[in-house]
Amino acid sequence: MSEAPAWQGDLYDLLKNEFDVSQFSYVPDAGHRELINRSIADPDVHSVSLTTEEEGVALQCGAHLGGARSVLLMQSSGVGNCVNFFSLVSHGRFPFLTFVSMRGDFGEGNAWQMAMGKATQPVMEASGITCLRVESEDELIPTSRAACTMAFQSEEAVAVLLTQKLLGAKAFPTA
Amino acid sequence: MSSKPNLRLGPDQDVADGVLERRHAITELVGDPGETLFVSGLAGSKDDILHVVGADSPAAFTLSGAMGAAVAMGLGLALAQPDRKVMVVTGDGELLMNVGTLATVGVLNPPNLSIICVDNEHYGETGWQESHTGRGVDIAKMAEGGQIPNVRTVTKEAELAEAAQMLREGNGTSFVLVKVAPTKPPSIYRSRDASWHKGRFREALLGQN
Repeated sequence: MSEAPAWQGDLYDLLKNEFDVSQFSYVPDAGHRELINRSIADPDVHSVSLTTEEEGVALQCGAHLGGARSVLLMQSSGVGNCVNFFSLVSHGRFPFLTFVSMRGDFGEGNAWQMAMGKATQPVMEASGITCLRVESEDELIPTSRAACTMAFQSEEAVAVLLTQKLLGAKAFPTA
Repeated sequence: MSSKPNLRLGPDQDVADGVLERRHAITELVGDPGETLFVSGLAGSKDDILHVVGADSPAAFTLSGAMGAAVAMGLGLALAQPDRKVMVVTGDGELLMNVGTLATVGVLNPPNLSIICVDNEHYGETGWQESHTGRGVDIAKMAEGGQIPNVRTVTKEAELAEAAQMLREGNGTSFVLVKVAPTKPPSIYRSRDASWHKGRFREALLGQN
């Protein structure tokens, strides 16, 4: 595997050191590889491997009840798995923060990914979640800091969408 | 075993001899709630825990929607509050909706988390349709398969005390499947404003919302 880009490590440091995030939940995904690995290796945080993304939504709400901060790391296809649990966030006015690595957008070569890729932002916005898109490395930390402030200080529901312009589209064989 | 569910017109009024009544069973399993924090599923299991702790208890966060969220929510709370006991009380239908969470809990094995599944083998809120557990599905085996270390199935009065002790003292996460009669005890009113309950819960636990 190639080295993870430096911004992934910077993002972990931002979440843990600047915003005291102590629960990182995830369904494995290449776009979040460095964050996931850092959380696994870090004895000071809980790294929660989910069987489905919606568990991470409920986990965050439970963490907030207990005074802890939690983030959900998922791929855009996982957003579809979460929709009913977004009602807990919305009706309960829980803070919610997720980082979504996009598939099915800029340069996607696997047609199966397109439907959920197109639905991700509208579905989240229909569920009351503010979406902040990141398209280049220099936007990543400022946008993530803004998202953390909105989620943890204003107790809003926020998704940072890590687009395929940022991540690069995965190559698929054509023949 | 038939693959077709049995039809039921409504809840039983009486509890047959040898079968556990849900309010009694949950009261015995929880024992003295003390400083325990509770998360419940919807409907029947919400009423069961409110029967024990009182409808106005700020130590119980009860769902009236988001079916399938109770165990994961209890996990987030248990990880956030390692010095407090956290107990999830939910039903067979609610738990089956996200049964994978038993695996998520099992690999972390938080010692302060316990789960009670009140198994009446029916979807009582939607017309008493038979659930999977009435047709042979065993959620306790799923909990064991999910690597939860302390698992009990309780079907009789005589088994309640040992299971209650395990829930209090278990070294690692505990799970009790309790088989109860398909009755509908009187519901217990509580506001459905989740934001308000969240604020009260946090105020009582953390001293601030």
